[in-house]
Amino acid sequence: MSDSYDSIVVGAGPAGVSAAITMARAGLKVLVLERGEYPGAKNVQGAVLYSRMLHEIVPEFWKDPQAPVERPVVEQKMCVTTEDSWITVGYKSLKFLQDVPNCFTIIRVRFDQWYAKKAEEAGAELFAGVMVQDLVKKDGRVVGIKTSDGDELLASAVVAADGVNSIIAQKAGVRRELKPSEVALGAKEVIALSSSVIEDRFQLNPGEGSTMEMFGATSLGMLGYVFLYTNKESVSLGVGCKLSDYQKKGLRPSDHLEIVKKHPLIAKLISGGKTLEYSAHLIPEGGLPSMPPLVSDGLLIAGDAAQMTNPAYREGSNLAMTSGKLAGEAVVEAKRKGDFSKAGLASYGEKLQASYVMQDLAEVSGLEEAVEKSPGFLEFYPKLATQLAHLRFSADGRPKKTHLKEALALARQRGFLRIAKDLWPLRKAAL
Amino acid sequence: MNEKTIPLPPGAATVESKLGTLEWKKSPQTHITLRDASEKAPCVDLCKDRPCTTVCPAKVYEWHAPEKRVIVAYENCIECGACRMLCPFDNIACDWHGGGMGVKYKYG
Repeated sequence: MSDSYDSIVVGAGPAGVSAAITMARAGLKVLVLERGEYPGAKNVQGAVLYSRMLHEIVPEFWKDPQAPVERPVVEQKMCVTTEDSWITVGYKSLKFLQDVPNCFTIIRVRFDQWYAKKAEEAGAELFAGVMVQDLVKKDGRVVGIKTSDGDELLASAVVAADGVNSIIAQKAGVRRELKPSEVALGAKEVIALSSSVIEDRFQLNPGEGSTMEMFGATSLGMLGYVFLYTNKESVSLGVGCKLSDYQKKGLRPSDHLEIVKKHPLIAKLISGGKTLEYSAHLIPEGGLPSMPPLVSDGLLIAGDAAQMTNPAYREGSNLAMTSGKLAGEAVVEAKRKGDFSKAGLASYGEKLQASYVMQDLAEVSGLEEAVEKSPGFLEFYPKLATQLAHLRFSADGRPKKTHLKEALALARQRGFLRIAKDLWPLRKAAL
Repeated sequence: MNEKTIPLPPGAATVESKLGTLEWKKSPQTHITLRDASEKAPCVDLCKDRPCTTVCPAKVYEWHAPEKRVIVAYENCIECGACRMLCPFDNIACDWHGGGMGVKYKYG
């Protein structure tokens, strides 16, 4: 470690490593500091990794013999559940395997270790087990960092990629403490199952993967969902709901997981599996209103630290990678101009604004609020949908036209206008 | 009081058994402190639900009725950070360890 760098990146997750790779490749002197004993030690993800954004940084990464991917996802299912019934909508396509495969399941810690090596291969220095405690400022500008051991290291630009609990964003004075309504709390178990059992139960060809997300009763009236992803020799079963909802219910997410495991839809799929690891993590879900200023003099904020997740589409690590890459490019440009001020780094915000990251976040802004305002989504609609399906698929000795009457009566409980109003905001998550 | 108490299914695994799947680089020092840990702390009388004790995914916080205080088992912490936001009285200071200490996920 030397005393000064072009850039110091705080956090060796997807955002930080993407920034480090981008800057190191351009010849900048880059230092990455990670507080975990190794990259990934503190990180948790479902995990589905969308390929396109990483492919832009590490082309055809999935062909790397060491690529830490589990299964390419060929089928994605959404399930609306009640206690004893569920409707599954799935889409399976071999197109997902062609060209750039759409997404892979990953084991996040293995992924982070592999990805951090890519930053080192690009020429960045990386130290794990180093906790960045504070920023060093001079005349109001960020000029470096201070570790928990009291060491001061200087840099022309600091990239804060230190996750949802970002200490840097708080120390920089650009972010207050988050509220329980601005984050989701996720808890997960990785459950061991043999690959043949997984492929049988999820109807997959050898090596192929699928994802399931469950809504309705499995969330126990809270805003959030349950997920089940297939890895090579394990499945990842997780719950994630607003922290404010867990707070209201006084429910521990580990207990939520236990309740979910007994749901007949899920119990069958995980039966006989042994839990390899339990984990929990916060997910920033405040969206644009909770986003801190992305750039200040000598400082850029990327990934979860900047609240960049899109829960409606279960995206986050891809946004982190794109934002890290764009932050890195902005520092490279600033170095060329010799201007690391807020104005000199401004291209980060501009490029992000022009990208899918900010446009998607703007699009889903207010979606969660709309769903929260219509409690019907959490209980009434799952029940209505399964009741309608039940009628459609039953031969109960009554003429079918009585089914139609009954169906209309069920929908009338909420009123057609109300239903139209409820459903309208969902268009934002439709395509 | 909480909205409702949700019954756990029979044979549900405890959070303790889940934590048994994890490893930590142990720190001799706590990284969590209650800003006010005195007998006048808000945890004692003001905080009715004590959400830290019911929601923390690692059961770090437990109400000790005889001593009328919240006990903090910092060595269980899996560093999610939820407690800081959960506490209605902003009484929990949870800072991270240095030196790579704390939870070491293998899968994550």
